[in-house]
Amino acid sequence: MGLMRRFSSIFKAKASKTLDKYEDPRETLDYSYERTLEMLQKMRRAVADVATSRKRIELQAQQLQRSAAKLEGQAKQAVSQNREDLAREALTRRQGIATQLTDLQAQHDQLKAEEARMVEGSQRLQAKVDAFRIRKETMKANYTAAEAQTRVNEAISGIGEEMGDVGLAMQRAEDKVAQMQARSGALDELMASGALDDASMSSDRLQAELDRDLAEPAVEAELARLRGELTGSSTTAKQLDAPAEDAAGAQAPTEAPAEAPVEEERR
Amino acid sequence: MIVRISGEGQFDVPEGHVDELNRLDDDLTKAVDSGDEAQFTTALEALLASVRTAGEELPADWIGPSDLVLPSPDATIHEVREVLGDEGLIPG
Repeated sequence: MGLMRRFSSIFKAKASKTLDKYEDPRETLDYSYERTLEMLQKMRRAVADVATSRKRIELQAQQLQRSAAKLEGQAKQAVSQNREDLAREALTRRQGIATQLTDLQAQHDQLKAEEARMVEGSQRLQAKVDAFRIRKETMKANYTAAEAQTRVNEAISGIGEEMGDVGLAMQRAEDKVAQMQARSGALDELMASGALDDASMSSDRLQAELDRDLAEPAVEAELARLRGELTGSSTTAKQLDAPAEDAAGAQAPTEAPAEAPVEEERR
Repeated sequence: MIVRISGEGQFDVPEGHVDELNRLDDDLTKAVDSGDEAQFTTALEALLASVRTAGEELPADWIGPSDLVLPSPDATIHEVREVLGDEGLIPG
């Protein structure tokens, strides 16, 4: 037997098991309707799960993009400061992030497609639920055992098949979400403890080194100034404490006799 | 003849088109047997395209059983085999 027919008969056999049949077809109709409503709710929850998963990936991607931009800036700064070693390090780390981003983008696209399919699926199911509700009431009202049996069975196996189909789509989406969650969990761990977010951590170290290089001449000048001031007059260093003690010093000059002249000098 | 494409909807396909579907189904069966994923995707796409062009899509509020149910366009060999296995259709 061809695949098409095998797939069909197994699918339909499984779908028909999703609905119990009652002695009175009218009861079966009501039961089927209830099950379909439940299915619709499950489907909506599944859509929300997929959306949550997708948003998590978007947040991770934004975080990685920020790290990449930061590293790019640092690489430029390093080049302008003639620190090729640091530039190389920044670019290497940025490369690693770019690979992760490509991977995330692919996952994101997959989830987005899954989400769109499920939204479409739940719209189809909603349309069927609405039609089924009306039809089952008509069938119950005009019920005559002989002709109803076939029509009821048709409606029920039709709705059962739709539920089977939606169920399959949900299963697929749930599997995908589980896979993605495992992967983004791994990425979170990587960001928190390992190579990746460490990239932005050590990009801070990188920044520190760049800043140090840039600051070096200024620091040297400051040092020279301080040395000069210290040797020139020991009182200048005291200026740092002066404002806080200003008022206290004025009110209780006896407690800090050495500082009074300093304040005078400043004014 | 009513044909369902999984995850897509139901189509009303003229009876005269069945031979064509059977021919395309042979290719699909061979692909699943050989386990060649690329060949499978091509064969499945051909089969589904044929249903979409020859058939007319039924409205979403149409309720009735299908004579044939086909895998969704992005199904993999693994997924098809899973349906053919013992897994239930409705999770939870």
